[in-house]
Amino acid sequence: MTSSQALRGGLRIEAHKQRSTKHHIRTASHSEHYVIPLDQHSGRPALPLVKVGEHVRMYQPIAQPAPGISAWLHAPASGEVVAIEPRPAPHRLGAPTLSIVIANDWCDEPFDNAAAIVSFEQISPKEACEHIARGGIVGLGGAAFPTANKLESSLCENGPQLLLNGAECEPYISCDEVLMRERAEDIVFGARALLHALCAPNCTIAIEDDVPEAQAALVKAIDKAGDSRIRIRVVPAIYPAGGERQLIATVFDAEVPHDGLPADIGVVCQNVGTAAAIARWLRDRQPLVSRIVTVTGDGVRDATNLETRIGTPFASLIADCGGYTERMSRLIMGGSMMGTPLPHDDLPVIKATNCIVAASALDLQPRGPEMPCIRCGACSQVCPAFLLPQQLYWYLQPFNGEQLERHGLLDCIECGCCDYVCPSQIPLAERFRESKPLLIRELDSRHNADAARARFYARNERLERLEAEHRAKLAEKRRPKSEPSSS
Amino acid sequence: MIFPTAPAPHVVAPDSVGRVMRIVLYALLPTVVLHVAFFGVGLLLQIALGSATALVTEAVALRLRRKPLEPFLKDGSAIVTATLLALCLPPLAPWWLIVSGTAFAILLAKHLYGGLGANPFNPAMVGYAVLLVSFPVQLLQWLPPAGMDIEHVKLTVGETIGAILTGSLPSRLTWDAVTSPTPLDALRTNLKMGMTMAEAQAAPIFGTLGGRGWEWINLATLAGGIALLALRIIRWHIPVAMLSAIVVCASLMYVVDPGAYAGPIFHLTSGASLLGAFFIATDPISAATSDRGRLIYGAGIGVLTYVIRTWGGYPDGVAFAVLLMNLSVPLIDRYTIPRIYGHAR
Repeated sequence: MTSSQALRGGLRIEAHKQRSTKHHIRTASHSEHYVIPLDQHSGRPALPLVKVGEHVRMYQPIAQPAPGISAWLHAPASGEVVAIEPRPAPHRLGAPTLSIVIANDWCDEPFDNAAAIVSFEQISPKEACEHIARGGIVGLGGAAFPTANKLESSLCENGPQLLLNGAECEPYISCDEVLMRERAEDIVFGARALLHALCAPNCTIAIEDDVPEAQAALVKAIDKAGDSRIRIRVVPAIYPAGGERQLIATVFDAEVPHDGLPADIGVVCQNVGTAAAIARWLRDRQPLVSRIVTVTGDGVRDATNLETRIGTPFASLIADCGGYTERMSRLIMGGSMMGTPLPHDDLPVIKATNCIVAASALDLQPRGPEMPCIRCGACSQVCPAFLLPQQLYWYLQPFNGEQLERHGLLDCIECGCCDYVCPSQIPLAERFRESKPLLIRELDSRHNADAARARFYARNERLERLEAEHRAKLAEKRRPKSEPSSS
Repeated sequence: MIFPTAPAPHVVAPDSVGRVMRIVLYALLPTVVLHVAFFGVGLLLQIALGSATALVTEAVALRLRRKPLEPFLKDGSAIVTATLLALCLPPLAPWWLIVSGTAFAILLAKHLYGGLGANPFNPAMVGYAVLLVSFPVQLLQWLPPAGMDIEHVKLTVGETIGAILTGSLPSRLTWDAVTSPTPLDALRTNLKMGMTMAEAQAAPIFGTLGGRGWEWINLATLAGGIALLALRIIRWHIPVAMLSAIVVCASLMYVVDPGAYAGPIFHLTSGASLLGAFFIATDPISAATSDRGRLIYGAGIGVLTYVIRTWGGYPDGVAFAVLLMNLSVPLIDRYTIPRIYGHAR
């Protein structure tokens, strides 16, 4: 266990986690209907394997990955597929997204996922990757990137370094903390499976310095497993220390190239929750059909962490926590810094749902009136990507694509630190978020224009060359005619 | 149930431009108090006149630009501009000096460029430069600091107000009797007259460190500046770079010829070195913005200040040094973009 160098930039802000970590993990009430959006992971939407009216069993695969980056989906309960239709989902607030809806028959009759595995050590690393894919495992840290795709793209000669991210830096979210506290053995099991699948030499579990109980539980579990390849690295509790690129910089003192992946510097980063999900799949043959969701905030009566089946409506979780308080004002999926604001609670829990904050005025610090930027640079002091948000903001009005590119708009990780400290109360993160697509479009069209210009010059050159050749030939032809007369 | 939504982050620190400006004003208090102790209550009237002018001009400009009045009148930036300008003027300067200077600063240097946050030049320094170029005589009419055994020139509060508002002194006094050059000015004049450094600094207006009275006012400014650093209102790069540059320049020349050039301590504790370093050059709106950029910007101001003081024709060099470096900010900013995470070192 080594302490680590501090993150450059970032904020020390109140974590607001005690409210939800007082209790043990509880199991959420089962729901009448489960809504499973087909595009809830990064990459391409999964393709349905079931039809409306079909009976499915719990854990049964209901959608298979599309070619490319995609993931399996499984039934969280046994019952009937009552609809495959667009439904509202928390990750696609703009428009409903195609989802499989299962009516619970309350039997929980399990599907026998064949190909039982005695021990993952007995299969090859490649088979282990494929097997992890069949469990519908995706990154549970928030991005829901299909884990098998990540592992396949990370395989390298000597095996990459495995980094398990237990640095849950964002305020309010505590699902990883309680997981580490109560299910450390799952994490260690998953870590060993990942080490095998990646042929990785060692595994570092990074956790923040403010979760001593979780740290003790992990130490115990590692000792029990007797695996000397797994070690713990304590990092300072600074937001956003748990951002993948930030954590890698803190732990390995190396930066991920701006146009590359962690694999490019020989690192694979996985969330501790993902490791635990892998353990449940490989050891208990339970695919990723449930996850721990933190339900917290002053707007809910009893904050806690709930083991929740994917597809459960948010409203049901709120009811499990005693319902809203009178002070409830806003609903957020995720934490207070990067969480998605939700307009209502009739939305299903997806694999990426780590936390639901029912926020009251006590949880929120409403923005003051927006004033012009005074270039104080407080934002650039806290930017974990080392950007100058004050200059980015300047070049947004009017939009100056060239300068925005030079100043690294596309390197912004949208953590919101700049926003938090801005004395002028400018919603910087939001401005940067909405401007990125504009810049990407401009860069694309500039790229196209450059290509067109190159083609144009090449064509002119070719025509000139042909013309010159033609003239030369003409001259050649004329010469023999004139020769006789002159001689 | 429908909930209102707002983009992340959902929590922000309760800070405001008004708070920043208010703290800057509080940090100027020690300077103002000692200034009053050495030069009388004139400064207070100058600050009052300047602030009133600043608010009226700001309101007019905002109205003309069809901007809301309240948030911008409350942000305190106009008061800071007026106070800084008032600190640069002689305490008995006629009322129209501070009024026209402040009005010019707010209207032309600030709002013509787009108001708060958009002015490329430090408004207070633009105001001062305009006054210095237009009314050099009035700007040189400083008072002798208290404690110089010339109590007979001491003005009552009423007489001070009268002098500022009407431009006339009580019948027992003449302008020649009450005014005295600033130490920087006196030193330049004396050296030009062929005196040695020792002779030039023998006059009673010189104290232990720099000018009598001025050295204490400047130490108070230093205290205020350190408070701003501690409260993270300003960062160390500009003041440290600017003061270091002054010290390096002054030390070099002092080593070359101690008889002709004043030493670094004198330069630090005279004129507007410390006020400039902590309160003027640190104005973030018109300063360079990256850490490296701020070091270059501050050092540039320090060097130019020394050059203008030593070889130029003005009583102090800070104002022009700041304005010249304001001019270089876009260039500095262009070449001092910090390395971004994940980009080549």
